[in-house]
This record gives sequence, structure tokens and C-alpha cells, in this order.
Amino acid sequence: MSDITIRGLTKYFGDRLVLDRVDLDVDKHEVVCLIGASGSGKSTLLRCINRLVEPDHGQITLGGLSITDPRFGRTGLQQRVGIVFQSYNLFPHLSVLENLTLAPLKVQKMARPQAKARAHEVLSLFSMERFTAAYPEQLSGGQQQRVAIARALMTQPDVLLLDEVTAALDPELVGEVLKIIHDLKQRGLTMVIVTHEMGFARDVADRVCFLSEGRIVEEDAPARLFSAPQHPATQTFLSRLIASGRV
Amino acid sequence: MVAGRSRPAGNYGLNVHRPIADQTDRGGLRPGTTSIRPAPEGPPPPPRKRSFDWRAAFVPGLISSASIIIVFGGLYWLITSAEQWPRIKAQFFNLDHMIAAAPRVAQGFLTNLQVWLIALACIGVWALVLAVLRSLRGPVFAPLRLLVVLYIDIFRGLPALLLVILFGFGIPALNIPGLPNSGLFWGGVAMVLSYSAYVAEIYRSGIDAVHEGQRAAARSLGLSEWQTLIYAILPQALRNVLPALMNIVVALQKDVALLSVIGVRDAVREAQIYTATTFNYSALVVAALLFLLATVPMARLADWVNRRDRARRLQMAD
Ligand SMILES: Nc1ncnc2c1ncn2[C@@H]1O[C@H](COP(=O)(O)OP(=O)(O)OP(=O)(O)O)[C@@H](O)[C@H]1O
Ligand SMILES: [Mg+2]
Repeated sequence: MSDITIRGLTKYFGDRLVLDRVDLDVDKHEVVCLIGASGSGKSTLLRCINRLVEPDHGQITLGGLSITDPRFGRTGLQQRVGIVFQSYNLFPHLSVLENLTLAPLKVQKMARPQAKARAHEVLSLFSMERFTAAYPEQLSGGQQQRVAIARALMTQPDVLLLDEVTAALDPELVGEVLKIIHDLKQRGLTMVIVTHEMGFARDVADRVCFLSEGRIVEEDAPARLFSAPQHPATQTFLSRLIASGRV
Repeated sequence: MVAGRSRPAGNYGLNVHRPIADQTDRGGLRPGTTSIRPAPEGPPPPPRKRSFDWRAAFVPGLISSASIIIVFGGLYWLITSAEQWPRIKAQFFNLDHMIAAAPRVAQGFLTNLQVWLIALACIGVWALVLAVLRSLRGPVFAPLRLLVVLYIDIFRGLPALLLVILFGFGIPALNIPGLPNSGLFWGGVAMVLSYSAYVAEIYRSGIDAVHEGQRAAARSLGLSEWQTLIYAILPQALRNVLPALMNIVVALQKDVALLSVIGVRDAVREAQIYTATTFNYSALVVAALLFLLATVPMARLADWVNRRDRARRLQMAD
């Protein structure tokens, strides 16, 4: 059974149609990459899944339950779906440890020692445990993004949404973040990843979806989609990337 | 940790800058030449060190001290040599009168300080409430937001002096049972209401300056609208507006003197009373000195906070 099902998802920003009847299924433990031109609606689609954006039409279910179902409670959805942003969005006035424990303490009402222990556990996964007392501005971009991923994992979500998490990083810092995502895949996390790193998408994705003007116009295994794209929009998009030397 | 595939981390074949030679069209190069540049012989030498330059160290300081002495000395000479100077001195800088008035004026100044501190606390809280109400999202809060906007428009649009007189004389004159009757109290309330309108706008600019992503991050972690405000947005907003708030603190310290018009015996009022009986203005100069004594260090502190804040922003920008 699929973990996430999206049916007929439609979203307008004002008069602008940003998502147009999107259907998508993501199985448990599956990694799906969303690619597409800037403005094609990738971030909006991702943000609909954890209700940062409320769609105008359509249905999203998580584990068979609609994400608007009251059984999720006020914070159940956020506990099961983590999201990481391109610009990290760590809280600059809080230390790394405080960034990680804020939600467990205030939302899940976890006891402080427990929350701390969990934070250390997650940070050590990413070899970041040395930085618990540091403030975000004292860290490199790659380190900040690792902390942001750690923060999203604090509540042990089933699904992780990643929105261009390497796009703001210097090229030499991209690898350390991508490696973590690889590790998370090995651990069986379900992930939906928006990325401009085509090489990475080819490597990590079980399936790649190409968005164009708010529609998923093509989806396929990465090997096929990248080597023999069927839809003209996909072909144009990929050939432009190849021409600019990015693939 | 489970190992990933055995690819070198960081190289997914993308965004890796290939050597220029691979990308450029080699057609323009003559056969036998390469695009590799010959190694340079070594960098040019560092600039020669000068021996200690006393000119560079002392001359600017000397010039500025000299010009300060000349300008202020000139002013002093100009003022004291004026024909009216002895009269001015007797009227404004009479030491005997100053000493005689000092205890009462200082007593009045204590009232200034008390009102100032209490008003500061009230303004800090009330303005924050206003700013938060104004930044609430959702159509349910529309009437509240409208009320706050109205409040701010009205109280920013009216002179503080008018409000002080209106509240300080007007409300006690109503003689409403159960309400305090002192002009000091109602004058203070007028100051708080007036200043809060400004400070609420300062707070709001600080809240607006917090990046939208911070809200998204907090909400995605499951924090409620309220928790988002308390734990994520407000701490950053307050840090943003600290320099602006420092200026308000200084301005309020002086404006407490407005209460003297409704008979509150603050430093200015006490000095006026002394002046009225002696026809000598030295008491007012004493009050002026007390105000300067309190505000100048605070203004310096505000400058320092400003500079530190600027440095922090510059640091974050790079
Ligand atoms: N909050 C919003 N209000 C109004 N318009 C928005 C909002 N968020 C996104 N949009 C618009 O919706 C469209 C799709 O945006 P979205 O961020 O989903 O694109 P994207 O595929 O993620 O692009 P990029 O690769 O640049 O991140 C864009 O035209 C954008 O301007
Ligand atoms: Mg985006």
C-alpha cells in the first residue's frame, strides 16, 4: 500500500494556477524525486503534503488517512512528516540543541532529558554532536543544513520532504548533505525530494517525476527518464541542462 | 550508520567545475601550444615596512585637539566678553541660587525617574500586545486588527501634550467613583497610551522583518500560531528593534517633563516654582543639567547598541 497518495491536487495563487490536477503515489520506503523548471510548482506540491499550503481541490492521504482528518490531531501530521528547506530556516536565536529540542519539548511535551538524549542521538548520526552548543551563524552552510535535517528527524517521522536542500550550498559542501540523504534512504525513510542535482536524482531516486506548469507530465525510473525521456517538455528541459553543462 | 554506495561523497558528476581547458573550444590555439600557463616566477615583494611614523600617529590628534580648543575657546571668549554676559550669568548661572534650588529640583527629578521607569514597563507590554494583535493572521482577527490600526492612527496623530492635559485634568474632573483621581496617574496613562502607538509600530516592523521561512519552519515542526510567535518570531523581532527602542527610552525620559503642565511636581515644575518666587532662572538650568546627566549616558548606550547591532548584521551578511 502506498504511503502517500495525491489525487487531483489543484492550487491557485490568486489567478495563477500553480498545481493542476496532480496525481502521485509514493510507496513506503520509496524515494521520489521531483524535477522541473523554476516555477513549475515543485515546492508548492511539497508544502501541500504537510499542509504548509492548503490546496484548493484534491485529496492527499497519508497511510490511508486524509491529511485533513481530525484523527491526526493538531500536530500529528507534523510529527509524521518532516520538511527541510533550501534556506535551512534554523532559528538563529537558538543553539543547535535548542533548535532540535524546541518542538519535542513544546509540542510533543517530551521530558527535557529525553529530548536532549534524542537530540544527541540524531546529531551523532550526522557527526554533528560537537556542535550542540553552537549557534547557526557559527556553522557552515553544509553543517546548518545537516542540523536542519536532524531537526526534522527529531520526531521520528515516516516521511521526509526535502526542498532543494543543497541549492544554497557551496559546491564542496553539497556532498556531505547528499551523503546523509543516501544514508536515510538506506534506513528506509520515505522521501519526496525536490532537486536540481540531476546526478543525485539519478542516483538516489526510485522514481523521478517531471513537473511542467503544475502538472506531472512524466514519471519513470531514473535510468529511463534521464536516458530516454518521452514527453517533449522533459526532453527540452533535460537537453537544456545538458547544454549548460549541468548533467 | 549504513554505508552508502561506494561513490566518493560530494561528486555526483554535477556542479563540478571542469578544468577550463576541457570546456573551451581549442580551435583557436595554434598547434603545439597548450592552454596551460607557465608557472610565474614568484609574487612581487611585499611593500617595504616604514619605521614608526610619528606624523601619522600624532598629527591628526594634534590637529583635532587644536581645532577643538580654538573653536570652543573662541565661543567662550565671544560669550563671556559680551556686554550682557554678567547679566546672563546672574540670571542663569547664579551659583547661590543653583545650590539653593538643587534639593527641590533633585526631589522633583526623582518623580521624573519613577514615572519614566513605570511608564517604560507599561509601554513595553502594552505596545507588544498591540503589535501582536496587529500581526495576527486569519479573517477571525480582522476586527481586532482594525481596532489596533485605529488606535495607532489616533494616538500617533495627537500631540502628547494635548493627551496629557486631556487625561490629567479631564478625567480627575469627572470625579468618577472608583477611579484614581490623581493628575500624576492620568498624565502617566496619557504618556503610556501615546508612546505605545509608536512603539507598537516599531515592534511590528521588527516582526515583519523576520523571514517568512522562520514561520514556515516553526509551523512545520507542529508549533501552534501562538507558540510560533513566542518561541520563533518575537525573540528575533525584539533583537531587530533593540536600537530603535533605545531611542524611545531616551525620548521618554525627557517627555515625562510634559506632566509638569498638569501640576505634577517633577524637576521642571519645581524649578519653575523656584523661579517664580526669585525671578532667577538658575533653577531651570539645574533641571536641565539633571536631564542631561540622565540622557547623555543613555544616548551613548543607544549608540553602542546600534553599532554592535550593525556589526552583527554585517557579520551575518557575509
Ligand atoms: N505564497 C505564494 N503566494 C503567491 N504565489 C506563490 C506563492 N508561492 C509560490 N508562488 C508562485 O507559484 C509558482 C510555483 O512556485 P513554486 O515555489 O512551487 O515553484 P518551484 O517549482 O518550487 O520553483 P523553484 O525551482 O524556483 O523553487 C511560482 O510562480 C510562484 O511565484
Ligand atoms: Mg521551490
